[in-house]
Amino acid sequence: MERLSNRQLTISKLFILLSLILLATGMVWGILGGLQYIIPGFLKGFFSFEKIRPLHVSSVVFWIILSSIGCIGSYIQEHTTKNLYSLLLFRIQFLIFFISILAILISYCFGIFGGREYWEFNPILALPIAIGWILFIINFIKSIGSLKKQPVYVWMWLTGIFFFLFTFLESYLWLFPYFKSNIITDMTIQWKSYGSMVGSWNMLIYGSSIFLMDKISGNKTYSHSRIAYLLYFTGLFNLMFNWGHHIYTLPTHGYVKHISYIVSMTELFILGRIILQWKNTLSSAKKNYHLPAYRFLIVADIWVFLNLLLAITMSVPAINIYTHGTHITVAHAMGTTIGINSFLLLALIVDIFQLNYRNDNTIKKSLSIGFWITNISLFIFWTSMIIAGILKAKWQMNITQIPFSSMMLQLKPIFIVIFVSGTIMSIGFLLIIFSLIKKQILSFKIN
Amino acid sequence: MFPDKQKAFFATILVSTFLIYTTYIYTSLPAEDKVPLNEVMAGKKIWQQLNCNACHQIYGLGGYIGPDLTNAYSLKGPAYIKAFLQNGTASMPSFKLTNKEKADLLYFLQNIDLSGKADPRTFTINYDGTIEQ
Ligand code: HEC
Ligand code: HEM
Repeated sequence: MERLSNRQLTISKLFILLSLILLATGMVWGILGGLQYIIPGFLKGFFSFEKIRPLHVSSVVFWIILSSIGCIGSYIQEHTTKNLYSLLLFRIQFLIFFISILAILISYCFGIFGGREYWEFNPILALPIAIGWILFIINFIKSIGSLKKQPVYVWMWLTGIFFFLFTFLESYLWLFPYFKSNIITDMTIQWKSYGSMVGSWNMLIYGSSIFLMDKISGNKTYSHSRIAYLLYFTGLFNLMFNWGHHIYTLPTHGYVKHISYIVSMTELFILGRIILQWKNTLSSAKKNYHLPAYRFLIVADIWVFLNLLLAITMSVPAINIYTHGTHITVAHAMGTTIGINSFLLLALIVDIFQLNYRNDNTIKKSLSIGFWITNISLFIFWTSMIIAGILKAKWQMNITQIPFSSMMLQLKPIFIVIFVSGTIMSIGFLLIIFSLIKKQILSFKIN
Repeated sequence: MFPDKQKAFFATILVSTFLIYTTYIYTSLPAEDKVPLNEVMAGKKIWQQLNCNACHQIYGLGGYIGPDLTNAYSLKGPAYIKAFLQNGTASMPSFKLTNKEKADLLYFLQNIDLSGKADPRTFTINYDGTIEQ
């Protein structure tokens, strides 16, 4: 098996180490972007906002994707108790991703864009990413073998892996004139693909988190249970059909919006379950609080709750008409990618680096301090973005609108709070990242 | 335990519905009624290459440091837009565009403007939570 001991530098760990570096640099771009909100024109000559934003967003999205790959690579081997089908394919995939991501980030610095939100690089660079992903699919399928009697997390990984490829390819349909020539068609398909793509990486991460939960609790009843599958199918249903809530104001077909509105409301089921489970969650949290990985898992639950509440609210068209186009959307985007995705991924990484059960107080202490700094500052960061959003919503709906630039000037104090809390949050993350990387590198040296 | 047969059943239903829905959407979307001008497509290309969308929104989607431009064409007029493209602003770079590029961008913005209204004030809210324009 690839993961023999903590001391081996496996390909899964290479994916994870690279992803941690992307997270660290991605936050630096985020801070610079936040600064440009306060000081318009800051760094305009070299790195104006149209470069900073894709540098930030692509780095952190690749953090999520690469670490998900690394965690799945490691956990499949634990699950099957065998090596991956092909370590060579996995290595080639790593190289392809490493080179393409580097090329993507460098191209942004030179102002070379494909200009589509989230994948703002030249479409040529999407090709190697898709090829690398196909290698991952082959490796995954061959490693898993059959779907018979598989726990829910294997289904989730499979779903996430296939849907990522599908939606990624779909997001490039705009290259064809049939989709490109009508702006409404183009934007409908664009958000159809993005909406589902986020769902697909959530499947990858939630799958691994369930694997870890099982591992910590020492039994696999949950991952085979009816409720686990019901939640999974609810998630899949939403992944497939709820994306229209991104485009309620776009003059596209009405049925797209009605379907999405109804489907989005089924997430109330997930919300309800979190509330019902609260007591159980709390008591197992107390029991396992000493495990750093568990702490990140549990706090992600709180962020799931807060962001789901926000998401469901925003999915009601009558409310979305206010929140759309404001920083409430950004609060939702960063709230979920940081509060849910990043904390879950950190939990998985702590486990894969085998730092959970060690009696190593220095690492436990840095993880603990980092944990509190990131969570408290994220809460302030998130809340102030919602406040900025509410104020912009009021402006958008006002009959006598003051100019855009005056409105932005009025919001400046909030942008300052966002910038400061974002910077403190990044310091917390950097503390976690550096202690993880340092620990891992030191253990290679001992080897 | 959730029986394998039931898993396969649910998965098959969901995936087939998704594929049918996807095909329907691909084939039924506002198909092009009039072939867009070459200039509109040229303008779109410039819009993407300069990544205007990182700072601006169309129908509320994009980056948030600048204003939504869906209806800028009819609200502000071509001369006003040209002036912004020429000079930039505190945070918007003055892209050194040729006259042709500026004209193409204007065609593109006009095309977007004609596609609908993005202003949230133009919607009415129904009691069931839906909206209408
Ligand atoms: C770095 C961010 C940035 C980029 C990139 C950018 N803009 Fe702007 N733009 C702004 C900001 C901020 C304003 C508002 C300035 C103000 O009102 O003082 C603005 C204003 C405008 C306006 C005037 C809108 C109005 O309603 O008053 C137009 C038109 C415009 N930009 C078009 C473009 C186009 C076309 C591109 C791409 C070629 C572009 N912008 C790229 C930041 C940007
Ligand atoms: C784990 C860390 C982070 C993650 C995963 C993350 C993720 C994201 C995502 C997904 C977006 C796109 C939002 C959207 O389209 O609605 C975004 C935008 C942004 N983020 Fe972050 N972010 C992180 C940290 C930060 C930090 C520390 C700052 C500093 C203040 C920051 C500032 C910004 C800014 C300014 C934008 C652009 C908003 C706009 O469009 O105007 N981010 N981030």
